Amino acid sequence: MILLALVMFAFALAPFVGAIGGRSSPFVAIIPLLLFVAFCVLLPEIAEGGTLLETHRWIPSIGIAAAFRLDGLSLTFALLISGIGCAVFLYASAYLRGEPRLVRFYTIITLFMASMLGAVLADDLVLLVVFWELTSITSFLLIGHTPEQERSRRSAQQGFLVTVAGGLAMLAGVILLGSVADTFSITEILGKGEMIAADPLAPAIIILIAAGAFAKSAQAPLHSWLANAMVAPTPVSAYLHSATMVKLGVYLLARFDPVFSDHALWIALLTGFGAATMLTGSVLAMRETDLKRVLAYSTIVSLGTLIMLIGIPGELAAVAVVTFLIVHALYKACLFLVAGIIDHETGTRDSSALGGMRHFMPITAAVALMGGLSMAGLPPSIGFAAKELVYETGLAASAGWALVAVALLANAAMVVVAAVVAVRCFSGDLSATPKTPHDPGFAMLAGPIVLALLGLLFGIAPWLVGNGLIVPAASAIAGEPITFTLSLWHGFTPMLALSVLTLVLGVFAYRRWSTIRSRMAGIHQIDDWGPDKLYDRLIIGLQSVSTWVTHQIQPGSLRSYVARTLFIMSLAAFVTLILRGGYELPSFANSLGPDLVIAILLIVSSLAVARARNFVSGIVAAGMVGFTVALLFLFQGAPDLAFTQFSVEALAIIIMLAIVGRMPFRDRDSRIHKERLRDLFIAGGTGVTAALVLLAVLAQPFDGRLSDFFRAASVPEAHGRNLVNVILVDFRALDTLGEITVLGLAAIAAAAVLAGLRRATAEKSK
Amino acid sequence: MNSIILQTTSRLILPAALVFSVYVLLRGHNEPGGGFIGGLIAAAGIAVHAIPRGRTALFAMLRVWPKTLIGAGILLAIISGMPSLLLSEPFLTHQWPFASLPIGTTLVFDVGVYLVVIGSVLTFLSYYLER
Repeated sequence: MILLALVMFAFALAPFVGAIGGRSSPFVAIIPLLLFVAFCVLLPEIAEGGTLLETHRWIPSIGIAAAFRLDGLSLTFALLISGIGCAVFLYASAYLRGEPRLVRFYTIITLFMASMLGAVLADDLVLLVVFWELTSITSFLLIGHTPEQERSRRSAQQGFLVTVAGGLAMLAGVILLGSVADTFSITEILGKGEMIAADPLAPAIIILIAAGAFAKSAQAPLHSWLANAMVAPTPVSAYLHSATMVKLGVYLLARFDPVFSDHALWIALLTGFGAATMLTGSVLAMRETDLKRVLAYSTIVSLGTLIMLIGIPGELAAVAVVTFLIVHALYKACLFLVAGIIDHETGTRDSSALGGMRHFMPITAAVALMGGLSMAGLPPSIGFAAKELVYETGLAASAGWALVAVALLANAAMVVVAAVVAVRCFSGDLSATPKTPHDPGFAMLAGPIVLALLGLLFGIAPWLVGNGLIVPAASAIAGEPITFTLSLWHGFTPMLALSVLTLVLGVFAYRRWSTIRSRMAGIHQIDDWGPDKLYDRLIIGLQSVSTWVTHQIQPGSLRSYVARTLFIMSLAAFVTLILRGGYELPSFANSLGPDLVIAILLIVSSLAVARARNFVSGIVAAGMVGFTVALLFLFQGAPDLAFTQFSVEALAIIIMLAIVGRMPFRDRDSRIHKERLRDLFIAGGTGVTAALVLLAVLAQPFDGRLSDFFRAASVPEAHGRNLVNVILVDFRALDTLGEITVLGLAAIAAAAVLAGLRRATAEKSK
Repeated sequence: MNSIILQTTSRLILPAALVFSVYVLLRGHNEPGGGFIGGLIAAAGIAVHAIPRGRTALFAMLRVWPKTLIGAGILLAIISGMPSLLLSEPFLTHQWPFASLPIGTTLVFDVGVYLVVIGSVLTFLSYYLER
């Protein structure tokens, strides 16, 4: 019960959080704090290697359950989501003070947090997909926090389209996986790992699921949405891009790593794309001056590292994944928040224009330095241990030299980024800034301070996090219990040499940062031919195709819609009728009777419609057809239908009467001869087809099963003698509910269109 | 459309149509009629009343936006299905609480249909009326 309750608690509190947050109260952080504490309470059980499973009935008819699973991996994510959420909520209460749309912001970010928790706790593939898509939708709203800005809208849309397209691929993969494993339960799937990996469909599953994860985790070439999402307010960037949104792809791959870890395609795909992303992110990070974008590209590097590590089989890789994941979440959230403080206090986040801020913001400078240490992978921070693990894993892997070379370059780039963000802005000579900065208040500093201190604390005392969290999580990724002791100092190893080399490379590059940066920024081919431009071209192409299609099928003339609809409909029916030999004639015995008068009346009034010269006579003639049909119903023993038909006809005439005064009144038919012939053809064809279909229906013997049932069941079960109404309100009440909803929505939609027309004509007449 | 004939006759038509529509609505379960037909009749009566008098007169007479009727109707129809959920039966299984009196949740449902039909027709019509 506890996991379902926690997730639903987070969802249910969203409006409440919105209300508190709307007043910029720092107490808004209590909600994520409560969740964090709840997960901490569950920690001891998981640390001992336990797994919390719970299953609730949801859609049993198709084997989908609301199942949740808490093991080391999901607990690590849940703690990061709620813990960093706590810091971000508190920070935003000061950072966004006085902004409009605060209620909206807090409501959505809470929904986002709840969706993230749901996604990492779900033990059912379908449930996972549902929460996964919820994170896409809520992050779309978060990135588009200022919808009046064009850039904001574009970034939100880009993030949405990329992650949702990935989500669709993932859905396909999940369905395949579910059918191969014959269950949607993740726990059961993990138990059938070898069987699934050996299935001929496994490559398809791997590609589809990896596509979803790559889109979510911004792997090259799908990385540009992450950097563009930096238009969002800093708390959003800090939250989405450190611990949550982009890590969901990492979570998904880590979750299924036990199933596919030895599959050659899985290894090639993940290490290949991971390494490519690391290089792409490194290059892009070196070109930027905007602090947030620099951090965003370094996030892409880290995500690439994580994906690559997941791709490498083995226990060591699993430990490296978890350690790096925690390290990255801690320092990246911290540095994003610091970048936000700099932006908030100085009015700029252009790193080339900032310097000497330590004089104004000593505390912020110290926090940034601590975060930067972890990012650069220097002792005594836990970042050092994580980096050593990455190198160790790379060295142990097959074709490890290539991965290590990539990691070396990427880590050197990280050193540069860390120095740019944490050192460059604060050291050196004072530079003039748009505002005179000073250290911000408690709410904005508390989060970064705690995150930075944790990075150092875990480095000095690795056992704090090693046994309780990293080992259980790594066991979940490896698929079997593992033993490992996390330590900061490994002795004099090849990894240490690599670390020193990284540092030398990084410091060397940082010293020449200005030159390197302007050289790299000068490569305009990246801007002109990069995936971001490609995305723009794709969107423009998509729009022109849809404009063309819309022009083809929506010319805007009601007459041509009716004509096309009737033509296609009757052609389809006619061809089917002839080809399948369904054409049949009933017996015409007993057809000469008083009913014949009605038939003649129908023919005459139909001809009158066709001959009508203007709207008024047309309306009257069409009304005549309608009333005659009603008469026919009446004489054929369907008084209800006749009654309805009468009412509809009367009402239609009244409405037409109201409308006709506003229509262009033409006394003559404006169609030319050719158009009249075409209309005659369509109308005649439709009439003939309808007649043939009706005759064929009449030729069949009458099947009375349904009417017999309703006649028998109506009074005892529904207490009514009027079959039509009993069917409408009782037997098929759900259909009726749907129909009245459609009717109401159609009226409201028509009202919206008509209101627009009215306004347009009112403005024109002014 | 300021027609004296329509203005005068509609004074008679409106109450007659409304009373008749309620009658048709109520008898619907056993005799020809029901919420849909009742709604159409009422809407026709109100339309005849509103066409010569204009939009403002329509809103003054209804006292609510016609759109509100749509929402209220759909809500009623949904509410009529709620008791069945409480009794853990399929949604919209209608209940007949009184053994002797033929009144059940179907009536609530039918009133919902009635309101949606009136609301839809008048929502649409109101944009063609003069101000």
